[in-house]
Amino acid sequence: MTDLSVANTANQPAFDVDSIRRDFPILSQQVNGKPLVYLDNGASAQKPAAVLDAMDRYYREMHSNVHRGAHTLGDRATAAFEGARETVRSFLNAESTREIIWTRGTTEAINLVANGLAPRLRAGDEILVTHMEHHANIVPWQMVAERTGAKVVPIQVTPAGELDLDSFHSLLNDRTRVLALTHVSNVLGTVNPVMELVGEAKKRGVLTLLDGAQAVPHYQPDVQALDCDFYVFSSHKLFGPTGIGVLYGKAELLEAMPPYQGGGEMIERVSFERTTWNVLPYKFEAGTPAIAEAVGLGAAIDYLGRLDRQAMEAAESALLARANDLVATVPGMEIIGTAAKKVPVMSFKIAGLHPSDIGTLLDQQGIAIRTGHHCAMPLMDFYGVPGTARASFAFYNTLDEVEQLFTALQKIQRLFA
Amino acid sequence: MTASEQDFLNNPLGTKTTLEDVLDAFEFLDDWEERYAYIIDLGKQLPSFPDDARTEENYVHGCQSQVWLIHYFDEASGKLYLLIDSDAMIVRGLAAIILVALNGKAPRELLTTDIDELFEQLDLFRHISPTRGNGLRAMVGKIRDIAAAEAA
Repeated sequence: MTDLSVANTANQPAFDVDSIRRDFPILSQQVNGKPLVYLDNGASAQKPAAVLDAMDRYYREMHSNVHRGAHTLGDRATAAFEGARETVRSFLNAESTREIIWTRGTTEAINLVANGLAPRLRAGDEILVTHMEHHANIVPWQMVAERTGAKVVPIQVTPAGELDLDSFHSLLNDRTRVLALTHVSNVLGTVNPVMELVGEAKKRGVLTLLDGAQAVPHYQPDVQALDCDFYVFSSHKLFGPTGIGVLYGKAELLEAMPPYQGGGEMIERVSFERTTWNVLPYKFEAGTPAIAEAVGLGAAIDYLGRLDRQAMEAAESALLARANDLVATVPGMEIIGTAAKKVPVMSFKIAGLHPSDIGTLLDQQGIAIRTGHHCAMPLMDFYGVPGTARASFAFYNTLDEVEQLFTALQKIQRLFA
Repeated sequence: MTASEQDFLNNPLGTKTTLEDVLDAFEFLDDWEERYAYIIDLGKQLPSFPDDARTEENYVHGCQSQVWLIHYFDEASGKLYLLIDSDAMIVRGLAAIILVALNGKAPRELLTTDIDELFEQLDLFRHISPTRGNGLRAMVGKIRDIAAAEAA
């Protein structure tokens, strides 16, 4: 704990957003002649210099292949790579690094689990998902269902964008084998009562997977407290590099699952008579892994660890509260997703405007948001919209940026009026 | 409602409203707000699109907004006429600019028109660049395919 930024926090305001913004080099640029206002964090978050530096330093000073061990660089690379795994373990409060599998991202992690559980699924078995899932937590299950004869069943959502718990209770039955559920909705920002749902599922011996892609940028999950069987997330939404993500799985389940891909690293011994698998976590990590990316993700988690989590959550809540207060200033604007518990994600529509009109004209004003179906077409159908405009905030966004968004929306609304 | 020959011939874009009109107008637009207000107005000039032509065959696969395109080749004059529809206002406006440049032309003449250059001139290139998934590029591609088929 020699880092000065930690030592100094006692003398500083709880959460100094101006100083935090200086940690993110990309934020201080102009777009279309206006200062960039980046509100597309739900799609991908920006990276602090600590991450960029860690990856740069890795390539300059220690790059080599990992676990090959015959020389000093190999040792350094392996130490950095496995150090990052320990950082992720600690972030999730997993029991062991054996339970931390590197993947390419959330999508690959879910595909890995779906494939790994396929041998347990029989015709008529049910996989419970929700109506608010990202396609990444629907399609892999549909593919496995097609192979096994199992069925993917969605839990309904209320108009406010919360999970319909009656629907959950009525759908959870003796045929349910898996509950695969998003921790936080990428479209609505809804924080689902995952603890309660996982608890109910476990009572019936149902395996549980939580998609944490949208949760980890805002909360630090404790997988042992959640008691879920699998928890998955992507690095790039957690202020780390693209191309890497994490699958946490309970060791006994991972042990029982077949490997996902075959190749180097994942084997213990190969012969044409009999090939045996490597131990966890390597059994699921065929081929040379994304080493620099793992190091970058470790650096992102370390960076977050130096921030005051509580102050960060309070600052994010303030952003969302300010945004909610300003909705009334834009005629015809309506929020989609008004759950009681939300991360700072605001999907909306404006009467008479297509989301792509909104996105184009915000971009013109230097403001980046996401428009479209957000890879959640079933949810778009539920709300009867072709897509939404979505502003998703991170802790480095400011109240002033929220106000700029609304000033820009007022302008757009006038332009079309 | 089904599109008649007259619906195509009555499309003002590229006939009554010419490319020169649009280029002249852009000269006098000072900031982005004026430019987009003008683009939105142009979009309002798109003639109504027949409901029964909103079919998969006429659908232009873009990314976000829905776009439909139909054509009519007038044998007598040898000119190609187009109708476009979209549910997004800015895409409608940009489609109107494309029509102003391409509608009511002989296919061979149409094929010599460089839309990328026009959009660059209007400082709208980013809307039609390959990185922007709004379907405009696909729209132009489809028009050129139609023209090439008619010219053949």
